[in-house]
Amino acid sequence: MSTELTTGTAASRERGFYRALVIRRQLILAGLTLALGLSLCVDLALGPARFGLGEVIAALVTPDAVSQQARVILWDIRMPVALMALVVGASLSIAGAQMQTILSNPLASPFTLGISAGASFGAALALAFGVVLVPAAVDYVIPLNAFVMAMLTAFAIHALSMRRGVTIETIVLLGIAMVFIFNALMALIQFFASQQAVAAVVFWTMGSLTKATWPKLWIALGVLVSVLPLLARHGWALTAMRLGDAKAESLGVKPRALRLEVLVLVSLLAAIAVAFVGTIGFIGLVGPHIARLLVGEDQRFFLPGSALCGALILSVGSVLSKVILPGTIIPIGIITSLVGIPFFLFLVLSHKKASW
Amino acid sequence: MVTLTLDRLSARYGRRRILSEITTPAFAGGQVVALLGPNAAGKSTLFRRILGLLDGDGEARIGGATAERPVAYMPQDTGANAVLTVYESVLLARMQGRSLKVRDEDLGEVERALGDLGIAELGERDIGDLSGGQRQLVSAAQALVQAPEILLLDEPTSALDLYRQISLLSILRRLARERQMLVIAALHDLGHALRFTDQAMVLESGRLAACGPTERVVTPELLRRVYRVDARIEPCSRGRPQLIVEEAV
Repeated sequence: MSTELTTGTAASRERGFYRALVIRRQLILAGLTLALGLSLCVDLALGPARFGLGEVIAALVTPDAVSQQARVILWDIRMPVALMALVVGASLSIAGAQMQTILSNPLASPFTLGISAGASFGAALALAFGVVLVPAAVDYVIPLNAFVMAMLTAFAIHALSMRRGVTIETIVLLGIAMVFIFNALMALIQFFASQQAVAAVVFWTMGSLTKATWPKLWIALGVLVSVLPLLARHGWALTAMRLGDAKAESLGVKPRALRLEVLVLVSLLAAIAVAFVGTIGFIGLVGPHIARLLVGEDQRFFLPGSALCGALILSVGSVLSKVILPGTIIPIGIITSLVGIPFFLFLVLSHKKASW
Repeated sequence: MVTLTLDRLSARYGRRRILSEITTPAFAGGQVVALLGPNAAGKSTLFRRILGLLDGDGEARIGGATAERPVAYMPQDTGANAVLTVYESVLLARMQGRSLKVRDEDLGEVERALGDLGIAELGERDIGDLSGGQRQLVSAAQALVQAPEILLLDEPTSALDLYRQISLLSILRRLARERQMLVIAALHDLGHALRFTDQAMVLESGRLAACGPTERVVTPELLRRVYRVDARIEPCSRGRPQLIVEEAV
């Protein structure tokens, strides 16, 4: 009798603890969303023509209530760039989160598997030699080249991963091999290209949001919105993957099939993101780690948490890129690494528990 | 009542044959079956073959099951260090193949599994902070929470202290009887097999060396032939059979 009472009390305490944990995580996600909204408004407000936050919010809520000049600047010029920061940040961070999950590797990110390096090579081919892999409007030649090379890299890794006996360590090694191959090819392009072309390639690889337009934004957003539910559908299985293949398999997950499916989905996310804004390496690695520290690895929270963290980092990076040197927009890839990495190190070193 | 019958069950890794034509009578719900055999005899492979994770000839026939997924499996590997609490990691096992929405019933099952194994107080702990033995108990809870009709346990007591070994096996035997669940546990401690299991099947180099009621299967002759040890089996002061190992042959 007393044992039953003790067990019952322990159970109700455990349920209370679990419910509190869920509420805390929901609050963290809500807090991140609020921060993201604020960052978006500040990002819109900053630029050669400065607006107050009140004006920005008025322009967002009732566009007709503000001057035409403000409406054009905020909606037509700055909004696609600011929203692109959110979409690309979320896409890269989700891609990194799921790569870390399916490869059981804390270093995994779109960079690790050579997807970003492939994209850079594709872009460099167009920038340096005018090579067009897929005929398209001028504005889309470089992104399409980058996208095609990134996806070819992903499919090469996918095809090799399907071979019998290939382990997750082998997949990571294949990715690293891809990175080195593309780096060598990039060096080769820079060796033969004109000085002007080399400068363009270098600038592209720094990552920049400034070429964002509404059509490009819709494409990136469309891919993100399509991929998210496909990943969320596997939420429980992906969480189980973090316990290792043997454990996941014992729970009814098919690790190999899931790994291959998720690899294709996140490659698509990363390829689109990198194609439009260039290589921004830091977010795919760090966004998921910050999310993990904040909301744990239950994918119901980890997936949106990673998306929000990635979007917030890139949005804040976009703000900082405008304010550090007034009048100059520093390439976003430089800012996110310079400012974000010390912040990330602080988080990791101040956190008592190791997650890997 | 659920039954499991192995019919000429074989398994191979590539071209290498690991299990050869294992045939057993039907094991029924309510029983605890010991899966015995020296290292590399094919015990884990047999579990994986029953689960359909490996290819091979023959079949593992399940009769009388009512659940969609009647079999739960606890592997030897207790899992990596994810950022999850014990409660979450057991809930995760419960929710596989279900929607993302967690119902009160699911939480109830998690608490029941933790309570059954006497580890409710571990619920709030991060799985990365647990000892090997605690992880093994959590792993057992992850299998139990699936409300299986057939429970396969691969060396469930290997990391446990003596008290917890006996406690876990007693709990499993009680649950098997109460829930008419068939429990098959790979064990290395033949004393435990004699004390806690009804039936035993013994593997030797991928073949079935013996199968039947445990006290008839675990004999000095079998121990000498399969385990290469000289041993006696004598009743203890409470009348239970106990194994006394003399020496390696």
